[in-house]
Amino acid sequence: MSTSTVLRARLSPHLRRLEAESIGILREVAAEFHNPVMLYSIGKDSGVMLHLALKAFYPSKPPFPLLHIDTGWKFRDMIRHRDQIVKHYGVRLLVHTNPEGLARGINPLSSGSRLHTQVMKTEALKQALDKWGFDAAFGGARRDEEKSRAKERIFSFRGTGHVWDPRNQRPELWSLYNTKISQGETIRVFPLSNWTELDIWQYTRAEDIPVVPLYFAAPRPVLERDGQLIMRDDERMPLQPGEIERIRMVRFRSLGCYPLSAAIDSTAATLDDIIAEMLVMRTSERSGRLIDTDEAASMEKKKRDGYF
Amino acid sequence: MTSGAHPQVTVATGGAGGPEKELLRFLTCGSVDDGKSTLIGRLLYDTRLIPEDQLDALARDSRKHGTTGEELDLALLVDGLQAEREQGITIDVAYRFFSTPRRAFIVADTPGHEQYTRNMATGASNSQAAVILIDARKGVLTQTRRHSYICSLLGIKHVVLAVNKIDLVDYSGERFHHIVGDYLGFARALEFSSITPIALSARYGDNVIHRSERMRWYEGPTLIEHLEALDVTEGLDEKPFRFPVQWVNRPNLDFRGFSGTVVSGVVRAGDRVVVAESGRESTVARIVTADGDLTEARPGDAVTLTLTDEVDVARGDVLAHAHDRPEVVDQFAAQVLWMIEEPMLPGRSYLMRIGSRFVPARITSLKHKTDVNTLEHMAAKTLALNEIGFCNLGTASPVAFDPYGENRGTGAFVLIDRFTHQTAAAGMISFGLRRATNIHRQALLIDKSARTRLHGHRPAILWFTGLSGSGKSTIANILERELHALGAHTYMLDGDNVRHGLNRDLGFTDADRVENIRRVGEVARLFVDAGAIVLCSFISPFRAERRMVRELVEDGEFIEIFVDTPLEECKRRDPKGLYARALAGKIKHFTGIDSPYEVPEGAEIVLETGLAPEQAARRVLDALRERRVIG
Repeated sequence: MSTSTVLRARLSPHLRRLEAESIGILREVAAEFHNPVMLYSIGKDSGVMLHLALKAFYPSKPPFPLLHIDTGWKFRDMIRHRDQIVKHYGVRLLVHTNPEGLARGINPLSSGSRLHTQVMKTEALKQALDKWGFDAAFGGARRDEEKSRAKERIFSFRGTGHVWDPRNQRPELWSLYNTKISQGETIRVFPLSNWTELDIWQYTRAEDIPVVPLYFAAPRPVLERDGQLIMRDDERMPLQPGEIERIRMVRFRSLGCYPLSAAIDSTAATLDDIIAEMLVMRTSERSGRLIDTDEAASMEKKKRDGYF
Repeated sequence: MTSGAHPQVTVATGGAGGPEKELLRFLTCGSVDDGKSTLIGRLLYDTRLIPEDQLDALARDSRKHGTTGEELDLALLVDGLQAEREQGITIDVAYRFFSTPRRAFIVADTPGHEQYTRNMATGASNSQAAVILIDARKGVLTQTRRHSYICSLLGIKHVVLAVNKIDLVDYSGERFHHIVGDYLGFARALEFSSITPIALSARYGDNVIHRSERMRWYEGPTLIEHLEALDVTEGLDEKPFRFPVQWVNRPNLDFRGFSGTVVSGVVRAGDRVVVAESGRESTVARIVTADGDLTEARPGDAVTLTLTDEVDVARGDVLAHAHDRPEVVDQFAAQVLWMIEEPMLPGRSYLMRIGSRFVPARITSLKHKTDVNTLEHMAAKTLALNEIGFCNLGTASPVAFDPYGENRGTGAFVLIDRFTHQTAAAGMISFGLRRATNIHRQALLIDKSARTRLHGHRPAILWFTGLSGSGKSTIANILERELHALGAHTYMLDGDNVRHGLNRDLGFTDADRVENIRRVGEVARLFVDAGAIVLCSFISPFRAERRMVRELVEDGEFIEIFVDTPLEECKRRDPKGLYARALAGKIKHFTGIDSPYEVPEGAEIVLETGLAPEQAARRVLDALRERRVIG
């Protein structure tokens, strides 16, 4: 069996096609921009995106660093995973936390999820992009994730101040991306635009990509708040009267700040289980993300402000 | 990309996850009333892709906003963008995902009427098939023709004629066959490989996923059966090998690879290849991927090639088999779809992206435009937003291409506005114009540097720009006298004088202004080649044209002199009485009055108002000494 046959057998034609398209996008940015960066959020999509970057430039290393916007409220498991990954792949990681937000004590509990996201994620991201002067930033967003993402470009143009003006986006024909920008403008690039959640998991399994253990079901202490299962990852989150932590078999479909990421009841403890579960799952992926529902047309508004 | 050599096989990939799926990308065409949103909603609903939380919201919304009474209004599933439409946001293409056990699908959904042509073309550019909706009550309409034409233009080969709302014509077979007959009659000219008519009702789900019990006369496939089985392989494997180099992969001195995605054809290690543009040949040494070397790479594979020789290869170059090369030209004919508000002006310089190459390009002439509703050809001087024209284009350096009809990947291009960076146009190359390759430039014994040595000064274009009445010609005249006195060889090209001769046939529309400056630029270039200092005095209101002239000559040879006299002062002077007439409405397109002047951003010399003409000329002379144009 030749090497090429081995490669072809491992990935389905569909995944191979998605992989090649993403690699093409990653290379395009490396060739056209002066100072790109890859937003690394530690989640499963970031994991796939990083894996693709390592493949795209082989035998070179990806010609850009990773950037993690740390709100200070990520699950401890996530930070541990991040540091392992960086060491494992030998990539350069930049971490940024909004110092003003930190000084003001902004947090997801008493400040509310909206303010927390605005200050510790959106503002922090803009600060970091300005601080290092990045002209292009990769994000792991997918079009199937959320309604307002369905029409997002692969190369999403941001004006001065990182603003997303939906009226000022460029039509994308064929794969002839328009990469030209003026001083002060930037581009957000989404190499996973055409992947679905199922594609991500099937690819993760086929390529054996490490993921945060929180995606797998395990007995974890959770409490029920507003109908959502929240895992108290540290003592900063006080219990409200009447709340009790119970050990339940749960896992996370989507990971963010721990007080804002709800778990689901699940027994899926392996990648195969997760994929099997997904095929019968009847709720949407981001239904456990509390920040999506904090006001009407939520994602749209966050994006205009500069959120990914 | 699907591939012809591998028949569709459904094999489990091990564990859960279902069968191996191939992707089909298609677009839906139709106006809001044809039930397009309902059809997409139906596909998502019947393939059980609507999560429960969204379904609850749908039930709520249906009762509140729906048009279907107590039933679920499936259109609301995809009309989530409605709110945005109300806010006046232009939605162009939304991508929806669904899958069946046999295939994964991406639907390009293009709502909106005003931008329809542009949006449809965007969706079609990446689609392998189109579903064209027809309202069974209305039959084939003008817009059906328009949609079909755009699909055909963008190279879509497979069309599904979805005769929708068949429930509203009592599931009539007679009506269906009548519509199909009509459609086939006119679509014959459009060169589709397959046209599949399907009678369906998106609202009730007849023949979408489930076979209808109410149309016993219908023997064709359901929509999903057809989309699952549709063979969209484009035979890319059998086409000539094309590999636009995207990125030069150079981790260390021992490795030099060329990364890119195979557009067409198959390449194997040991194959003899050529850099299309330069004609330099080499041999493929390795096909490198992170998963190990491959023995061959096929269409759609993203790989890194290494060559056996140190050949000069850069991003933008196209690698091809030495025995089967693409055409390399700097002039060709193409269909161009205009996509921005600002009209297309023949002669203006745009940035062309073809493959991974960016190159300055101009539309040299517009042969005709096509009425997308009647398909008639019409004479035209410019293209407006959403118009399609057949054009000749010229590029600053030769590019490799295949006709779009033969190869979508190497025959497509976009034009980018050089100032706003908007994507201005999409183009599909029809054929190369042989002029560039057949007329070889005459090599001359005496060249520019030889002439320069004889003259004792360097050649230059002194380009005076500014409003009418700003003093351009006055200053230029004095300057020429001074230069002449110093023994320099000069020539004066003046706006008014040129318009009496060379450019007598041009008016003052934007298109004519561009052409005016283009011709002047070419003449000025000849003088520079002859070693002269040529003084050009032209309002030249657009940055793009000034830049176009700048790019005709070598760095440092174009010196832009902005005579910065404010409009009020020019109006006051009004030496030829033109402002008075323009303000009275007797002259149209007058710069500063009803036509814009774009202030230079990087002028080499700025002459502010208040300088006497002699002082101004002196200032320019000093600058020419500093720049060592004169001694």
